Amino acid sequence: MSLIFSMGTQTHDAGFWSQLMEILTFRAGYNTTTVVAGTTLLGIAAGVVGVFAMLRKRALVCDALSHATLPGICIAFLVSDALLGDAKSLPLLLVGAAATGVIGVLCIQAIVRLTRLREDAAIGIVLSVFFGMGMVLLGIVPEIADTPAGGINHFIYGQTAAMRRADAILMGVIALGSVGGAAVALKEFSLVSFDEGFARSIGWRVGLIDLLMMALVVAVTVAGLQAVGLLLVVAMLIVPPAAARFWSERMATVVILSGLIGGLSGFMGSAISAMVADAPAGAVIVLTAGAFFTLSMVAAPRRGVVAAGVRRARLRLQIATDHVLESITEVERGERDPRDARRPGILLLLVLRIRRLVEGPGSRLVLSELGRRRGARVHRNHRLWEQYLISYADVAPSHVDWSVDKVEHVLAGHLVEELEYALIARGVPITADGAHP
Amino acid sequence: MTIAPDTPTPRSPEERIARSVLDARPEHSADSPLSVHAMTVAYHRKPVLWDVDFDAPPSSLITIVGPNGAGKSTFIKACLGLVARASGRVEFWGRPYEEVRARIGYVPQRESVDWDFPVSALDVVAMGRYRRIGWFRRVSRAHKRAAMECLDRVGMSALAHRQISQLSGGQQQRVFLARALAQESDLYFMDEPFAGVDAATERAIVEVLRTLREEGKCVICVHHDLETAREYFDHAVLLNMRVVASGPVDDVLTHENLHRTYGGRLTLLAEASEAVARAARGEGS
Repeated sequence: MSLIFSMGTQTHDAGFWSQLMEILTFRAGYNTTTVVAGTTLLGIAAGVVGVFAMLRKRALVCDALSHATLPGICIAFLVSDALLGDAKSLPLLLVGAAATGVIGVLCIQAIVRLTRLREDAAIGIVLSVFFGMGMVLLGIVPEIADTPAGGINHFIYGQTAAMRRADAILMGVIALGSVGGAAVALKEFSLVSFDEGFARSIGWRVGLIDLLMMALVVAVTVAGLQAVGLLLVVAMLIVPPAAARFWSERMATVVILSGLIGGLSGFMGSAISAMVADAPAGAVIVLTAGAFFTLSMVAAPRRGVVAAGVRRARLRLQIATDHVLESITEVERGERDPRDARRPGILLLLVLRIRRLVEGPGSRLVLSELGRRRGARVHRNHRLWEQYLISYADVAPSHVDWSVDKVEHVLAGHLVEELEYALIARGVPITADGAHP
Repeated sequence: MTIAPDTPTPRSPEERIARSVLDARPEHSADSPLSVHAMTVAYHRKPVLWDVDFDAPPSSLITIVGPNGAGKSTFIKACLGLVARASGRVEFWGRPYEEVRARIGYVPQRESVDWDFPVSALDVVAMGRYRRIGWFRRVSRAHKRAAMECLDRVGMSALAHRQISQLSGGQQQRVFLARALAQESDLYFMDEPFAGVDAATERAIVEVLRTLREEGKCVICVHHDLETAREYFDHAVLLNMRVVASGPVDDVLTHENLHRTYGGRLTLLAEASEAVARAARGEGS
């Protein structure tokens, strides 16, 4: 790629970082600035629109849509060549792309409606057949038109550097339309995505709202063809929303975050690709979005993998603690042979001591007052639940213990009360340390 | 109590037209919240409902009972136009659905939506106001207050701002019920509101149903527990692709009718429900 990125006059000896700063602050020359601004706007638009595509479970439909644009581009290329000669009209190409893209989506809907095939199969069929059709057309275009079809390749892999001022303005218009559409129709898009049947039942024309959503998706996809390429443009629609979803449980916040992540991916991705010779900008933008996703998946509070892991580890620790305390309680009451007592590992022993659940020197475990109370409670819950299973769920006494082990640790106060109530109703006497048949 | 005759499904368009002419029966009374005439529904040419006739008595709690695959959900969806009817006519207070939408509320099956959706309980209940609010307009404070009151009626106001996936199954069901209440309708369709809910939710739903009846409203509810059906509802429609029987619960849920609906499986089912009833009685003493 003979990039037009003119790092130009002012940076003779500037290092990597100062160059990057210049690009990021839009001081790196006209062309670079155009590209960075254009991809940022595209990222914002795709991020915002993508949320609805994701929540409507249409992510893969978007993939089929982008692949199905290829035959349209080729046909438009031929038409353009016949009408205008060498000058290829970009608007005409984009109209062609949108046309076959939409036809592809309609084909998916037709297959789902008319046959018993599921949507995933329909998507796979449309995606591959339309793309195959495009590849065949791509092969025969040079012969028919008598000109090399080199320009079309850019739509497959994307050629961000070819972005002109008019393209950047188009991106801006589409970004504005997406953000405006989301702001105005957030309520409508949400309800249709969440509960289509209910939306229909109150008389909403779901088809019309879907059409509006799809129109935004088509606009973003077609606009993104040139920049990111039809193979990767779907990533701009899926990755930022998926990343944003990790950080918030509120629709409006997810939309805003997704737009931000999409915009930042376009901004940083195109800037980085301007620094690295021969790195295709579309792919770098997608990778940047991928980095945001990975970060979100790992580090997000509550929904993130680390947070979930910590929660699981805490529960495991709690259960292990309960088991040991219960075991000691049983030994102390003479209900369990000391030789069968559960022995905590070094780590658990440390936790027990830090939390002052056990006390006393050496390896002999003596419950503290705190530990004694907790042990008694766990023991009691265990017995209550066991008795409940035997008397209500018809579980054989010999099979009770393994199904009891997990539940007793998560029994909340009101559940324990309900258990007691149920057992009393059955005539099972309840005592301070549990229930006895 | 009416017993429907066994009628084959019309197949060709000609047959359908011929049938619809035959079906031009006299208008039902405008008092009945729901009148269904000769409704037939088919999925992929396989009939699910055959020639269903039904008139809902006003201000009553009506349950639709029947075995799995009997077309109970389909009955509701076909009444609401959510699935296409192959033939037949549905009227509400003697008028077509389109004219009286505002007076009809709907509680879909809980499993029909993705509960990981990024909205709060209050957001979902506010959806019940969307029809009044209209397209492209914000949810005003007054509508939010109304939604909050509905959450309160099902005992969920404390959890209004929880994201819906953090609610238990029973709480989610109550959110759906509150959304229907927010619709302030005169006729409610509820699809298995008691499925898989806890005791507290079951009590809350029954409470709401009784209040609705006192307010003169009508509820049509898919239900699968025959034992509680007798207790909770006034009228029953016994459905198994066609209406086997309909009328007051005690007249409809007879051993003979249940046998016709459930076939051979009933003996076991009846025994089981008898056993449960016995256990319940023994428990109280």
